[in-house]
Amino acid sequence: MDIFLQQLINGLTVGSIYALIALGYTMVYGILRLINFAHGDLAILGAFIGLTVITGLAGSGGAPANWIVIVAFVLAVLVVAIAGVLLEFTAYRPLRNAHRLSAVVSALGASMFIQNGIMLIWSPQTLTFPEGIMPQTTYNFGSVVISATQIFIVTVSLLLMLALYLYVNKTRFGTAIRAAAIDQDAARLMGINVNKVITSVFILGPALGAIGGLFIGVYYRQAVFDMGWIYGLNAFIAAIIGGIGNIPGAMIGGLLLGLFSSLASGYISSTWQQAIVFGLLILILMVRPTGILGERVADKV
Amino acid sequence: MSLLSITDMKVSYGHIEAIKGVSLAVEEGEVVTILGANGAGKTTLMRTISGLLKPTAGTITYDGNDITQTRADAIVGLGIAHSPEGRRVFGTLTVEENLMLGAYTRPRTEALETRKQVYDLFPRLLERRLQLSGTLSGGEQQMLAIGRAMMAKPRLLMLDEPSLGLAPIIVKNIFAALADVRKTGVTILVVEQNARIALKLADRGYVLEVGKIVHEDTAKALMASSEVQEAYLGKG
Repeated sequence: MDIFLQQLINGLTVGSIYALIALGYTMVYGILRLINFAHGDLAILGAFIGLTVITGLAGSGGAPANWIVIVAFVLAVLVVAIAGVLLEFTAYRPLRNAHRLSAVVSALGASMFIQNGIMLIWSPQTLTFPEGIMPQTTYNFGSVVISATQIFIVTVSLLLMLALYLYVNKTRFGTAIRAAAIDQDAARLMGINVNKVITSVFILGPALGAIGGLFIGVYYRQAVFDMGWIYGLNAFIAAIIGGIGNIPGAMIGGLLLGLFSSLASGYISSTWQQAIVFGLLILILMVRPTGILGERVADKV
Repeated sequence: MSLLSITDMKVSYGHIEAIKGVSLAVEEGEVVTILGANGAGKTTLMRTISGLLKPTAGTITYDGNDITQTRADAIVGLGIAHSPEGRRVFGTLTVEENLMLGAYTRPRTEALETRKQVYDLFPRLLERRLQLSGTLSGGEQQMLAIGRAMMAKPRLLMLDEPSLGLAPIIVKNIFAALADVRKTGVTILVVEQNARIALKLADRGYVLEVGKIVHEDTAKALMASSEVQEAYLGKG
Protein backbone atom coordinates (compact mmCIF):
# COMPACT_ATOMS: atom_id res chain seq x y z
CA MET A 1 0.00 0.00 0.00
CA ASP A 2 2.82 2.39 0.84
CA ILE A 3 4.54 1.73 -2.46
CA PHE A 4 1.26 2.34 -4.18
CA LEU A 5 0.69 5.69 -2.46
CA GLN A 6 4.29 6.76 -3.00
CA GLN A 7 4.11 5.94 -6.71
CA LEU A 8 0.76 7.73 -6.87
CA ILE A 9 2.36 10.91 -5.52
CA ASN A 10 5.35 10.62 -7.82
CA GLY A 11 3.10 9.82 -10.77
CA LEU A 12 0.89 12.80 -10.08
CA THR A 13 3.96 15.06 -10.07
CA VAL A 14 5.39 13.74 -13.32
CA GLY A 15 1.91 13.53 -14.80
CA SER A 16 1.13 17.18 -14.20
CA ILE A 17 4.41 18.08 -15.92
CA TYR A 18 3.51 15.87 -18.89
CA ALA A 19 0.10 17.52 -18.98
CA LEU A 20 1.58 21.03 -19.12
CA ILE A 21 3.82 20.07 -22.03
CA ALA A 22 1.09 18.03 -23.75
CA LEU A 23 -1.12 21.13 -23.89
CA GLY A 24 1.31 22.75 -26.33
CA TYR A 25 1.20 19.76 -28.68
CA THR A 26 -2.56 19.56 -28.58
CA MET A 27 -3.24 23.28 -29.04
CA VAL A 28 -0.97 23.58 -32.07
CA TYR A 29 -2.39 20.39 -33.54
CA GLY A 30 -5.91 21.67 -32.92
CA ILE A 31 -5.34 24.74 -35.06
CA LEU A 32 -2.78 23.67 -37.66
CA ARG A 33 -3.17 19.86 -37.73
CA LEU A 34 0.58 19.82 -37.25
CA ILE A 35 2.69 18.03 -34.67
CA ASN A 36 5.18 20.61 -33.45
CA PHE A 37 8.08 18.23 -32.91
CA ALA A 38 10.18 21.11 -31.60
CA HIS A 39 7.82 21.58 -28.65
CA GLY A 40 9.70 19.26 -26.26
CA ASP A 41 12.92 21.09 -27.05
CA LEU A 42 11.25 24.44 -26.40
CA ALA A 43 10.17 23.11 -22.99
CA ILE A 44 13.73 22.06 -22.19
CA LEU A 45 14.98 25.43 -23.39
CA GLY A 46 12.85 26.73 -20.52
CA ALA A 47 14.75 24.47 -18.12
CA PHE A 48 18.10 25.85 -19.33
CA ILE A 49 17.00 29.49 -19.15
CA GLY A 50 15.80 28.80 -15.61
CA LEU A 51 19.04 27.04 -14.78
CA THR A 52 21.09 30.02 -15.92
CA VAL A 53 18.97 32.46 -13.92
CA ILE A 54 19.05 30.29 -10.80
CA THR A 55 22.79 29.62 -10.98
CA GLY A 56 23.52 33.29 -11.68
CA LEU A 57 21.37 34.70 -8.92
CA ALA A 58 22.20 32.02 -6.36
CA GLY A 59 25.92 32.50 -7.01
CA SER A 60 25.75 36.25 -6.53
CA GLY A 61 24.26 35.67 -3.07
CA GLY A 62 21.81 37.89 -1.26
CA ALA A 63 18.68 37.19 -3.28
CA PRO A 64 16.12 35.11 -1.39
CA ALA A 65 15.49 31.66 -2.88
CA ASN A 66 11.78 32.26 -3.46
CA TRP A 67 12.49 35.30 -5.57
CA ILE A 68 15.14 33.51 -7.55
CA VAL A 69 12.66 30.79 -8.42
CA ILE A 70 9.99 33.30 -9.47
CA VAL A 71 12.41 35.28 -11.67
CA ALA A 72 13.64 32.03 -13.22
CA PHE A 73 10.11 30.95 -14.15
CA VAL A 74 9.11 34.36 -15.49
CA LEU A 75 12.20 34.67 -17.68
CA ALA A 76 11.91 31.08 -18.91
CA VAL A 77 8.30 31.72 -19.91
CA LEU A 78 9.13 34.98 -21.68
CA VAL A 79 12.10 33.69 -23.63
CA VAL A 80 10.42 30.44 -24.66
CA ALA A 81 7.19 32.22 -25.69
CA ILE A 82 9.25 34.49 -27.94
CA ALA A 83 11.07 31.45 -29.29
CA GLY A 84 7.70 29.82 -29.98
CA VAL A 85 6.47 32.79 -31.99
CA LEU A 86 9.76 32.95 -33.92
CA LEU A 87 9.49 29.22 -34.61
CA GLU A 88 6.03 29.63 -36.08
CA PHE A 89 7.10 32.59 -38.22
CA THR A 90 10.22 30.97 -39.61
CA ALA A 91 9.52 27.23 -39.70
CA TYR A 92 5.77 26.87 -40.14
CA ARG A 93 4.15 30.01 -41.57
CA PRO A 94 6.04 29.91 -44.89
CA LEU A 95 4.81 26.31 -45.30
CA ARG A 96 1.18 27.02 -44.38
CA ASN A 97 -0.09 26.07 -47.84
CA ALA A 98 2.57 23.49 -48.60
CA HIS A 99 2.20 19.73 -48.40
CA ARG A 100 1.62 18.41 -44.86
CA LEU A 101 4.83 16.39 -44.97
CA SER A 102 6.94 19.51 -45.60
CA ALA A 103 5.77 21.00 -42.33
CA VAL A 104 6.57 17.76 -40.49
CA VAL A 105 10.11 17.76 -41.87
CA SER A 106 10.42 21.43 -40.94
CA ALA A 107 9.25 20.58 -37.41
CA LEU A 108 11.88 17.86 -37.06
CA GLY A 109 14.52 20.25 -38.37
CA ALA A 110 13.45 22.90 -35.88
CA SER A 111 13.70 20.32 -33.10
CA MET A 112 17.30 19.50 -34.02
CA PHE A 113 18.11 23.17 -34.41
CA ILE A 114 16.92 24.04 -30.90
CA GLN A 115 18.50 20.94 -29.39
CA ASN A 116 21.88 21.70 -30.93
CA GLY A 117 21.49 25.36 -30.11
CA ILE A 118 21.08 24.45 -26.44
CA MET A 119 24.14 22.19 -26.64
CA LEU A 120 26.28 24.92 -28.19
CA ILE A 121 25.13 27.69 -25.85
CA TRP A 122 25.22 25.67 -22.63
CA SER A 123 27.02 22.36 -22.70
CA PRO A 124 26.89 18.84 -24.10
CA GLN A 125 27.26 17.64 -20.49
CA THR A 126 24.57 17.11 -17.88
CA LEU A 127 24.21 20.29 -15.84
CA THR A 128 22.93 20.28 -12.27
CA PHE A 129 20.73 22.76 -10.48
CA PRO A 130 22.24 24.28 -7.33
CA GLU A 131 21.06 22.89 -4.01
CA GLY A 132 18.77 24.76 -1.67
CA ILE A 133 16.87 26.72 -4.26
CA MET A 134 13.65 24.77 -4.07
CA PRO A 135 12.20 24.27 -0.57
CA GLN A 136 13.78 21.21 1.02
CA THR A 137 10.92 20.41 3.34
CA THR A 138 9.47 16.92 3.15
CA TYR A 139 6.35 15.58 4.75
CA ASN A 140 6.25 12.00 5.99
CA PHE A 141 3.08 9.99 6.20
CA GLY A 142 4.22 6.60 7.47
CA SER A 143 6.77 5.62 4.90
CA VAL A 144 5.21 7.81 2.21
CA VAL A 145 7.24 10.94 1.54
CA ILE A 146 5.89 14.05 -0.11
CA SER A 147 8.30 16.88 -0.84
CA ALA A 148 7.37 20.54 -0.88
CA THR A 149 8.68 20.65 -4.46
CA GLN A 150 6.14 18.01 -5.45
CA ILE A 151 3.33 19.96 -3.84
CA PHE A 152 4.55 23.10 -5.59
CA ILE A 153 4.69 21.40 -9.00
CA VAL A 154 1.27 19.77 -8.74
CA THR A 155 -0.45 22.87 -7.35
CA VAL A 156 0.99 25.30 -9.88
CA SER A 157 0.28 22.88 -12.75
CA LEU A 158 -3.32 22.36 -11.76
CA LEU A 159 -3.86 26.11 -11.32
CA LEU A 160 -2.34 26.84 -14.73
CA MET A 161 -4.49 24.18 -16.37
CA LEU A 162 -7.60 25.56 -14.71
CA ALA A 163 -6.66 29.06 -15.89
CA LEU A 164 -6.10 27.85 -19.45
CA TYR A 165 -9.37 25.94 -19.42
CA LEU A 166 -11.29 29.02 -18.28
CA TYR A 167 -9.49 31.24 -20.78
CA VAL A 168 -10.26 28.99 -23.72
CA ASN A 169 -13.84 28.21 -22.70
CA LYS A 170 -15.11 31.40 -21.12
CA THR A 171 -13.48 34.33 -22.91
CA ARG A 172 -14.19 35.85 -26.29
CA PHE A 173 -10.71 35.25 -27.64
CA GLY A 174 -10.76 31.73 -26.21
CA THR A 175 -13.95 31.00 -28.14
CA ALA A 176 -12.24 32.39 -31.25
CA ILE A 177 -9.37 29.92 -30.68
CA ARG A 178 -11.84 27.04 -30.49
CA ALA A 179 -13.70 28.28 -33.57
CA ALA A 180 -10.49 28.57 -35.61
CA ALA A 181 -9.58 25.03 -34.56
CA ILE A 182 -12.88 23.74 -35.96
CA ASP A 183 -13.05 25.65 -39.26
CA GLN A 184 -10.56 28.36 -40.19
CA ASP A 185 -12.52 29.76 -43.13
CA ALA A 186 -15.75 29.95 -41.14
CA ALA A 187 -13.78 31.65 -38.35
CA ARG A 188 -12.53 34.27 -40.82
CA LEU A 189 -16.13 34.92 -41.86
CA MET A 190 -16.83 35.78 -38.21
CA GLY A 191 -14.14 38.46 -38.35
CA ILE A 192 -11.57 36.40 -36.48
CA ASN A 193 -7.98 37.08 -37.47
CA VAL A 194 -6.79 33.48 -37.70
CA ASN A 195 -3.11 34.45 -37.89
CA LYS A 196 -3.48 36.18 -34.55
CA VAL A 197 -5.06 33.03 -33.12
CA ILE A 198 -2.17 30.92 -34.42
CA THR A 199 0.37 33.31 -32.90
CA SER A 200 -1.46 33.19 -29.57
CA VAL A 201 -1.31 29.41 -29.58
CA PHE A 202 2.45 29.60 -30.19
CA ILE A 203 2.69 31.87 -27.14
CA LEU A 204 0.45 29.87 -24.78
CA GLY A 205 1.76 26.41 -25.68
CA PRO A 206 5.49 27.16 -25.36
CA ALA A 207 4.87 29.28 -22.23
CA LEU A 208 3.22 26.33 -20.49
CA GLY A 209 5.88 24.04 -21.93
CA ALA A 210 8.65 26.22 -20.48
CA ILE A 211 7.10 25.91 -17.03
CA GLY A 212 6.86 22.14 -17.50
CA GLY A 213 10.48 22.01 -18.66
CA LEU A 214 11.72 24.01 -15.69
CA PHE A 215 9.66 21.78 -13.38
CA ILE A 216 11.58 18.82 -14.79
CA GLY A 217 14.82 20.68 -14.10
CA VAL A 218 14.07 21.57 -10.49
CA TYR A 219 12.44 18.20 -9.75
CA TYR A 220 15.32 16.04 -10.97
CA ARG A 221 17.82 18.86 -10.36
CA GLN A 222 19.50 18.35 -13.71
CA ALA A 223 19.27 19.29 -17.37
CA VAL A 224 20.74 17.73 -20.51
CA PHE A 225 20.49 19.36 -23.92
CA ASP A 226 18.75 16.40 -25.58
CA MET A 227 16.19 15.54 -22.94
CA GLY A 228 13.53 17.48 -24.85
CA TRP A 229 13.27 14.44 -27.08
CA ILE A 230 12.14 11.92 -24.46
CA TYR A 231 10.03 14.31 -22.39
CA GLY A 232 8.51 15.70 -25.56
CA LEU A 233 7.73 12.20 -26.75
CA ASN A 234 6.04 11.32 -23.47
CA ALA A 235 3.99 14.51 -23.50
CA PHE A 236 3.07 13.85 -27.12
CA ILE A 237 1.90 10.35 -26.14
CA ALA A 238 -0.11 11.94 -23.33
CA ALA A 239 -1.77 14.27 -25.84
CA ILE A 240 -2.67 11.34 -28.07
CA ILE A 241 -4.00 9.27 -25.17
CA GLY A 242 -6.26 12.16 -24.19
CA GLY A 243 -7.32 12.81 -27.78
CA ILE A 244 -5.04 15.12 -29.72
CA GLY A 245 -6.55 18.53 -30.37
CA ASN A 246 -8.61 18.33 -27.19
CA ILE A 247 -7.41 20.55 -24.32
CA PRO A 248 -9.00 18.74 -21.35
CA GLY A 249 -7.85 15.53 -23.07
CA ALA A 250 -4.21 16.61 -22.85
CA MET A 251 -4.60 17.34 -19.15
CA ILE A 252 -6.21 13.96 -18.43
CA GLY A 253 -3.79 12.14 -20.73
CA GLY A 254 -0.79 13.72 -19.01
CA LEU A 255 -1.95 12.83 -15.52
CA LEU A 256 -2.88 9.27 -16.55
CA LEU A 257 0.44 8.73 -18.30
CA GLY A 258 2.36 10.02 -15.28
CA LEU A 259 0.46 7.76 -12.90
CA PHE A 260 0.71 4.76 -15.19
CA SER A 261 4.43 5.05 -15.88
CA SER A 262 5.15 5.67 -12.22
CA LEU A 263 3.15 2.63 -11.11
CA ALA A 264 4.76 0.57 -13.87
CA SER A 265 8.23 1.48 -12.68
CA GLY A 266 7.25 0.85 -9.04
CA TYR A 267 5.61 -2.52 -9.53
CA ILE A 268 7.06 -3.96 -12.72
CA SER A 269 10.41 -2.53 -13.68
CA SER A 270 11.86 0.92 -14.00
CA THR A 271 14.09 -0.27 -16.85
CA TRP A 272 11.04 -1.31 -18.81
CA GLN A 273 9.04 1.79 -17.88
CA GLN A 274 9.33 3.46 -21.28
CA ALA A 275 8.50 0.27 -23.16
CA ILE A 276 5.43 -0.15 -20.99
CA VAL A 277 4.38 3.42 -21.79
CA PHE A 278 4.64 2.73 -25.51
CA GLY A 279 2.68 -0.47 -24.96
CA LEU A 280 -0.08 1.56 -23.35
CA LEU A 281 -0.08 3.92 -26.32
CA ILE A 282 -0.45 1.03 -28.78
CA LEU A 283 -3.24 -0.48 -26.68
CA ILE A 284 -5.17 2.79 -26.52
CA LEU A 285 -4.74 3.44 -30.22
CA MET A 286 -6.13 -0.03 -30.91
CA VAL A 287 -9.15 0.32 -28.67
CA ARG A 288 -9.84 4.02 -29.09
CA PRO A 289 -7.89 5.57 -31.97
CA THR A 290 -9.26 9.05 -31.26
CA GLY A 291 -8.02 9.01 -27.66
CA ILE A 292 -10.08 9.33 -24.52
CA LEU A 293 -11.80 12.63 -25.33
CA GLY A 294 -11.23 12.75 -29.10
CA GLU A 295 -14.18 13.65 -31.34
CA ARG A 296 -16.97 13.82 -28.87
CA VAL A 297 -19.54 15.09 -31.34
CA ALA A 298 -19.90 14.15 -34.98
CA ASP A 299 -20.72 17.09 -37.20
CA LYS A 300 -23.85 16.67 -39.21
CA VAL A 301 -23.35 17.40 -42.89
CA MET B 1 -23.69 54.44 -56.25
CA SER B 2 -24.19 50.75 -55.72
CA LEU B 3 -23.55 49.21 -52.33
CA LEU B 4 -21.59 46.42 -53.99
CA SER B 5 -20.20 46.41 -57.48
CA ILE B 6 -17.99 43.88 -59.16
CA THR B 7 -16.17 44.62 -62.39
CA ASP B 8 -14.68 42.07 -64.78
CA MET B 9 -13.76 39.72 -61.98
CA LYS B 10 -11.89 36.51 -62.68
CA VAL B 11 -11.11 33.81 -60.12
CA SER B 12 -8.99 30.70 -60.63
CA TYR B 13 -8.17 27.56 -58.70
CA GLY B 14 -4.69 26.79 -60.00
CA HIS B 15 -5.10 26.52 -63.76
CA ILE B 16 -8.85 26.21 -63.68
CA GLU B 17 -10.74 29.45 -64.10
CA ALA B 18 -13.98 29.25 -62.15
CA ILE B 19 -15.16 32.84 -62.70
CA LYS B 20 -14.43 34.12 -66.19
CA GLY B 21 -15.08 37.84 -66.05
CA VAL B 22 -18.17 38.67 -64.01
CA SER B 23 -19.64 42.13 -63.46
CA LEU B 24 -22.60 42.77 -61.23
CA ALA B 25 -24.05 45.38 -58.91
CA VAL B 26 -26.21 45.29 -55.82
CA GLU B 27 -28.06 48.41 -54.70
CA GLU B 28 -28.68 49.27 -51.05
CA GLY B 29 -31.91 47.67 -49.78
CA GLU B 30 -32.21 45.26 -52.68
CA VAL B 31 -32.55 41.51 -52.60
CA VAL B 32 -30.51 40.05 -55.45
CA THR B 33 -30.29 36.39 -56.30
CA ILE B 34 -27.70 34.53 -58.31
CA LEU B 35 -29.05 31.43 -59.98
CA GLY B 36 -27.05 28.69 -61.55
CA ALA B 37 -26.45 24.98 -61.71
CA ASN B 38 -23.87 23.04 -59.73
CA GLY B 39 -20.37 24.18 -60.68
CA ALA B 40 -21.49 27.44 -62.27
CA GLY B 41 -19.23 29.34 -59.88
CA LYS B 42 -21.83 30.67 -57.43
CA THR B 43 -19.99 29.68 -54.29
CA THR B 44 -16.67 30.85 -55.72
CA LEU B 45 -18.24 34.23 -56.39
CA MET B 46 -19.52 34.50 -52.82
CA ARG B 47 -16.22 33.39 -51.29
CA THR B 48 -14.38 35.97 -53.35
CA ILE B 49 -16.67 38.81 -52.27
CA SER B 50 -16.15 37.93 -48.61
CA GLY B 51 -12.37 37.78 -49.10
CA LEU B 52 -11.73 34.06 -48.62
CA LEU B 53 -10.51 33.86 -52.22
CA LYS B 54 -8.60 36.53 -54.10
CA PRO B 55 -9.52 37.30 -57.71
CA THR B 56 -6.89 37.08 -60.45
CA ALA B 57 -8.39 40.11 -62.19
CA GLY B 58 -11.08 42.74 -61.69
CA THR B 59 -12.23 44.78 -58.73
CA ILE B 60 -14.77 44.53 -55.93
CA THR B 61 -16.09 47.82 -54.60
CA TYR B 62 -18.19 48.03 -51.46
CA ASP B 63 -19.71 51.28 -50.25
CA GLY B 64 -17.27 53.23 -52.42
CA ASN B 65 -14.16 51.43 -51.17
CA ASP B 66 -12.05 48.95 -53.11
CA ILE B 67 -12.07 45.75 -51.03
CA THR B 68 -10.50 43.49 -53.65
CA GLN B 69 -7.39 42.87 -51.53
CA THR B 70 -8.96 43.28 -48.07
CA ARG B 71 -8.61 40.31 -45.69
CA ALA B 72 -11.76 38.27 -45.01
CA ASP B 73 -11.76 39.02 -41.27
CA ALA B 74 -11.55 42.75 -41.96
CA ILE B 75 -14.37 42.67 -44.53
CA VAL B 76 -16.82 41.48 -41.84
CA GLY B 77 -16.15 44.65 -39.89
CA LEU B 78 -17.04 46.73 -42.98
CA GLY B 79 -20.56 45.29 -42.93
CA ILE B 80 -20.56 42.21 -45.15
CA ALA B 81 -21.64 38.96 -43.48
CA HIS B 82 -21.53 35.64 -45.28
CA SER B 83 -23.50 32.54 -44.37
CA PRO B 84 -21.46 29.93 -46.22
CA GLU B 85 -22.53 26.96 -48.29
CA GLY B 86 -23.07 23.86 -46.18
CA ARG B 87 -23.78 26.03 -43.12
CA ARG B 88 -20.35 25.52 -41.55
CA VAL B 89 -21.59 25.98 -37.98
CA PHE B 90 -18.99 25.29 -35.27
CA GLY B 91 -20.27 21.84 -34.33
CA THR B 92 -18.62 21.46 -30.94
CA LEU B 93 -19.66 24.93 -29.79
CA THR B 94 -23.10 25.71 -28.42
CA VAL B 95 -25.76 27.57 -30.38
CA GLU B 96 -25.18 30.64 -28.25
CA GLU B 97 -21.39 30.52 -28.69
CA ASN B 98 -21.90 30.29 -32.45
CA LEU B 99 -24.15 33.32 -32.42
CA MET B 100 -21.78 35.37 -30.27
CA LEU B 101 -18.94 34.55 -32.66
CA GLY B 102 -21.08 36.05 -35.43
CA ALA B 103 -20.84 39.33 -33.52
CA TYR B 104 -17.10 38.93 -32.90
CA THR B 105 -16.33 42.38 -34.34
CA ARG B 106 -19.01 44.17 -32.29
CA PRO B 107 -19.29 45.30 -28.66
CA ARG B 108 -21.00 42.76 -26.40
CA THR B 109 -23.96 44.91 -25.36
CA GLU B 110 -24.92 45.57 -28.99
CA ALA B 111 -24.44 41.90 -29.77
CA LEU B 112 -26.86 40.88 -27.02
CA GLU B 113 -29.50 43.15 -28.55
CA THR B 114 -29.08 41.60 -31.98
CA ARG B 115 -29.14 38.14 -30.40
CA LYS B 116 -32.59 38.89 -29.06
CA GLN B 117 -33.76 39.80 -32.57
CA VAL B 118 -32.28 36.57 -33.92
CA TYR B 119 -34.06 34.55 -31.24
CA ASP B 120 -37.32 36.35 -32.10
CA LEU B 121 -36.83 35.41 -35.73
CA PHE B 122 -35.81 31.80 -35.01
CA PRO B 123 -37.38 30.74 -31.68
CA ARG B 124 -35.99 27.23 -32.21
CA LEU B 125 -32.50 28.61 -31.61
CA LEU B 126 -33.58 30.04 -28.27
CA GLU B 127 -34.96 26.64 -27.23
CA ARG B 128 -31.65 25.01 -28.12
CA ARG B 129 -29.31 27.78 -27.14
CA LEU B 130 -27.11 25.64 -24.87
CA GLN B 131 -27.04 22.63 -27.17
CA LEU B 132 -23.92 21.82 -29.21
CA SER B 133 -24.71 23.00 -32.71
CA GLY B 134 -23.45 19.75 -34.25
CA THR B 135 -26.45 18.02 -32.67
CA LEU B 136 -29.01 20.29 -34.37
CA SER B 137 -31.08 19.17 -37.36
CA GLY B 138 -30.09 20.44 -40.80
CA GLY B 139 -32.84 23.06 -40.80
CA GLU B 140 -31.88 24.31 -37.36
CA GLN B 141 -28.24 24.50 -38.41
CA GLN B 142 -29.26 26.60 -41.41
CA MET B 143 -31.22 28.92 -39.11
CA LEU B 144 -28.14 29.15 -36.93
CA ALA B 145 -25.90 29.92 -39.90
CA ILE B 146 -28.23 32.72 -41.04
CA GLY B 147 -28.66 34.00 -37.49
CA ARG B 148 -24.92 33.95 -36.95
CA ALA B 149 -24.41 36.06 -40.09
CA MET B 150 -27.10 38.49 -38.89
CA MET B 151 -25.23 38.86 -35.59
CA ALA B 152 -22.64 40.96 -37.44
CA LYS B 153 -25.47 43.40 -38.15
CA PRO B 154 -24.39 43.59 -41.77
CA ARG B 155 -25.48 46.06 -44.43
CA LEU B 156 -24.95 43.28 -46.96
CA LEU B 157 -26.07 39.79 -45.96
CA MET B 158 -24.77 37.06 -48.25
CA LEU B 159 -26.45 33.67 -48.14
CA ASP B 160 -25.04 30.70 -50.02
CA GLU B 161 -27.68 28.03 -50.75
CA PRO B 162 -29.87 28.39 -47.68
CA SER B 163 -32.12 25.62 -49.07
CA LEU B 164 -29.33 23.07 -49.52
CA GLY B 165 -30.34 19.60 -48.36
CA LEU B 166 -33.45 20.71 -46.50
CA ALA B 167 -37.02 19.40 -46.68
CA PRO B 168 -39.41 21.65 -48.70
CA ILE B 169 -41.41 22.66 -45.62
CA ILE B 170 -38.24 23.82 -43.86
CA VAL B 171 -37.08 25.70 -46.95
CA LYS B 172 -40.41 27.49 -46.91
CA ASN B 173 -39.97 28.45 -43.24
CA ILE B 174 -36.47 29.74 -43.81
CA PHE B 175 -37.48 31.87 -46.79
CA ALA B 176 -40.44 33.22 -44.80
CA ALA B 177 -37.92 34.29 -42.15
CA LEU B 178 -35.74 35.87 -44.85
CA ALA B 179 -38.75 37.85 -46.06
CA ASP B 180 -38.95 39.24 -42.52
CA VAL B 181 -35.24 40.01 -42.56
CA ARG B 182 -35.53 42.00 -45.79
CA LYS B 183 -38.18 44.21 -44.16
CA THR B 184 -35.48 45.45 -41.77
CA GLY B 185 -33.85 47.08 -44.80
CA VAL B 186 -30.75 44.92 -45.00
CA THR B 187 -29.41 44.26 -48.49
CA ILE B 188 -29.38 40.55 -49.34
CA LEU B 189 -27.38 38.67 -51.92
CA VAL B 190 -28.57 35.08 -52.10
CA VAL B 191 -27.20 32.24 -54.19
CA GLU B 192 -29.65 29.44 -54.93
CA GLN B 193 -30.23 26.34 -56.97
CA ASN B 194 -33.87 26.47 -55.98
CA ALA B 195 -34.70 29.24 -58.45
CA ARG B 196 -38.42 29.36 -57.80
CA ILE B 197 -38.24 30.24 -54.14
CA ALA B 198 -35.25 32.56 -54.62
CA LEU B 199 -36.97 34.56 -57.35
CA LYS B 200 -40.05 34.94 -55.15
CA LEU B 201 -37.90 36.65 -52.52
CA ALA B 202 -35.66 38.66 -54.83
CA ASP B 203 -36.05 41.99 -56.62
CA ARG B 204 -33.51 41.16 -59.30
CA GLY B 205 -31.53 38.18 -60.39
CA TYR B 206 -28.47 37.09 -62.33
CA VAL B 207 -28.04 33.74 -64.02
CA LEU B 208 -24.54 32.32 -63.85
CA GLU B 209 -23.39 29.61 -66.26
CA VAL B 210 -19.86 28.16 -66.17
CA GLY B 211 -18.33 31.28 -64.72
CA LYS B 212 -20.19 33.86 -66.80
CA ILE B 213 -23.37 35.85 -66.34
CA VAL B 214 -25.79 34.91 -69.10
CA HIS B 215 -28.97 36.68 -67.93
CA GLU B 216 -29.71 39.66 -65.78
CA ASP B 217 -33.18 40.99 -65.13
CA THR B 218 -35.86 41.71 -62.57
CA ALA B 219 -37.04 38.68 -60.64
CA LYS B 220 -40.45 38.91 -62.32
CA ALA B 221 -39.00 38.97 -65.80
CA LEU B 222 -36.65 36.09 -65.04
CA MET B 223 -39.56 34.06 -63.71
CA ALA B 224 -41.44 34.71 -66.95
CA SER B 225 -38.49 34.08 -69.25
CA SER B 226 -38.85 30.83 -71.15
CA GLU B 227 -35.11 30.11 -71.03
CA VAL B 228 -34.99 30.43 -67.26
CA GLN B 229 -38.18 28.42 -66.92
CA GLU B 230 -36.74 25.65 -69.01
CA ALA B 231 -33.36 25.52 -67.35
CA TYR B 232 -34.10 26.35 -63.71
CA LEU B 233 -37.82 26.15 -63.04
CA GLY B 234 -38.43 22.75 -64.54
CA LYS B 235 -41.01 23.76 -67.12
CA GLY B 236 -40.53 22.52 -70.66
